[in-house]
Amino acid sequence: MRFLFKTDYDQDIRLAKHGGHVFWYSLLGVALVLAPWVFPEYWVAQFTFVLIYAIVGLGLMLLAGFTGLFSLGHAAFLGVGAYTQAIMVNAGLPFPLALACAGLLAAAVGMVVGLPALRVKGIYLGMATLAFGFIVEEGIARWESVTGGNAGLMVKYPSLFGKELDTTAEFYFLCLVICVGATLAIVNLMRSSTGRAFVAIRDSEISAQSMGIHLARYKTLSFALSAALAGVGGALYAHKIQFLSPEQFGIIQSIDLLLMVVIGGLGSIHGAFLGAIFLIVMPQLIAMGKDFLPAAIGQAAGLQGTVYGLVLIAFVLFEPMGLYGRWLKVRAYFQLFPFYRQGMFKRQKSFQKSDRLK
Amino acid sequence: MQLLQLLISGIAQGCIYGLIALGFVLIYKATETVSFAQGDLMMVGAFGGLAAMTMLGFPFWLSVPAAIIGMALFGVLVERVVIRPILGQPAFSIVMLTIGVGYVLRGLITMIPDVGTDTHTLPVPYAGEVIRLGGLVISAEQLVVIGATAVLCLGLFAMFSYSKLGIAMQASSQNQLAAYYMGIPVKRLNGLVWGLAAGVAAIAGLLLAPITFVHANMGFIGLKAFPAAVVGGFTSLPGAIVGGLIIGIVEALSGFYLPEGFKDIAPYIVVLIMLVLKPNGLFGEKLRKKV
Repeated sequence: MRFLFKTDYDQDIRLAKHGGHVFWYSLLGVALVLAPWVFPEYWVAQFTFVLIYAIVGLGLMLLAGFTGLFSLGHAAFLGVGAYTQAIMVNAGLPFPLALACAGLLAAAVGMVVGLPALRVKGIYLGMATLAFGFIVEEGIARWESVTGGNAGLMVKYPSLFGKELDTTAEFYFLCLVICVGATLAIVNLMRSSTGRAFVAIRDSEISAQSMGIHLARYKTLSFALSAALAGVGGALYAHKIQFLSPEQFGIIQSIDLLLMVVIGGLGSIHGAFLGAIFLIVMPQLIAMGKDFLPAAIGQAAGLQGTVYGLVLIAFVLFEPMGLYGRWLKVRAYFQLFPFYRQGMFKRQKSFQKSDRLK
Repeated sequence: MQLLQLLISGIAQGCIYGLIALGFVLIYKATETVSFAQGDLMMVGAFGGLAAMTMLGFPFWLSVPAAIIGMALFGVLVERVVIRPILGQPAFSIVMLTIGVGYVLRGLITMIPDVGTDTHTLPVPYAGEVIRLGGLVISAEQLVVIGATAVLCLGLFAMFSYSKLGIAMQASSQNQLAAYYMGIPVKRLNGLVWGLAAGVAAIAGLLLAPITFVHANMGFIGLKAFPAAVVGGFTSLPGAIVGGLIIGIVEALSGFYLPEGFKDIAPYIVVLIMLVLKPNGLFGEKLRKKV
């Protein structure tokens, strides 16, 4: 058990609270920087996907985990970002400009979608975002003169300072830098008054409102920021996958993104990363596990969906705080070693509060 | 005449949406959660009917009730095993849970060797029959869909208004805690509601099967029933059917009069307009907490 003895106000402001934080995060940083030389190229590509999904996950975590607004159409923002980036880079515009435009355009779209969010709550908001997701997907498929429609769209390599980033390692570093930047931005946002306002809205809209939080402004802001991160993630995704087609940004992708934040652990920044790792590693594990199962089960087409569903059910039933919640429990167990009790993290059973009366 | 023809096919399709939406509304009213597994329950119901007819060799009139009752029992089981343990948790957990249940059902059906990945036709006795009325051509499948939906609606309406069970369900939907104090077995009631919703989903599946085909991804039609439920107001049973009809007719008309592509998104455009103009739907109750 570590006891922090605070002697200075700066200790409350520092990002790393104690030596353990500094040590472990530096170690992680060194490992991430050295990864391209240590791991084979295939794994570096997978790490890149984890970083990209983590950026999108941070955005969705901000919206769903911290502001309490659930989006069932987040893949649409990903799509807007990806197509903006692809079209601008293919037209010869520089990469940073295209990336900024992808983020800003997605944010603008997010603000438009946020408008119904001011009037509707709970499941209705889910429906509004779901409907919006379908409209964007169909729009991308039908606007053939710009997006290439269902035939798809090839994306060029990004180039930065006159150099084309065409190797796996170079693109990995690009994603790493952007991901670290996004993470620091979100961590600092959550420490600011804006972040606290988001959390207050999540916990109770009425009390947030009575504390003088302008609901409309903060909800729209949350949507815009979340969509901007999804747009940036989408832009990187476009470069990584190099071939865009509308069905990549459909309802399945939206549900995958939601799955990511729920399994990672709602309401924690670590959760976005753990969820992204889960989302990338799980299909690989299933593919590896296939060989050990009898052929009738292992080779069946529906195996992946079934496993995903079962994992999701198991998490909601037994570990509602997600992977990060499990880590907190394990850590508490070791920190308190002989004194850990069964009920320490027990969920409060709340009697049902009607959604209709919020 | 052409318009009338379009309207009839729109109404038939709308009845299917309405039936699935009815399942959403039943569950939402009673437990205030939204079941994303409804479309997949419908798919399993259609496969159940198919299995009863082709594998077990039941005649049509026996396999339909068998599939419906089987699905209703399955619904009760799902509620008991996965939904009840997290009763009282935030609604979003339950939404994720039902998404998981939907994934599992779709995956398991796909995994059945030789059956899951193919498309099948449900051998119904009225398949392919056509009624000509003046210049109109109405297929028997569409008539059966419309008729069955009407009968089912009347049945559910009667149950909710006159039977003790229906009134208990209404009470528990308004305030679970108060209903509990009044001696209503809320937990058992929730199980029954899930059973009822699954049974309705099976009926929708059996009605839809002759029009389209039976395959593992037919549950995605459930995503179009959400707009139906929202347009009708998520809390109103007749609203679900009316919403379904509106969505069905809009879809049929936009498929014919508007450029290609609008057919698939017309329901979602309608629902967005609805949410901006009248967030509680056509028949939804408007409630507000005052401090």
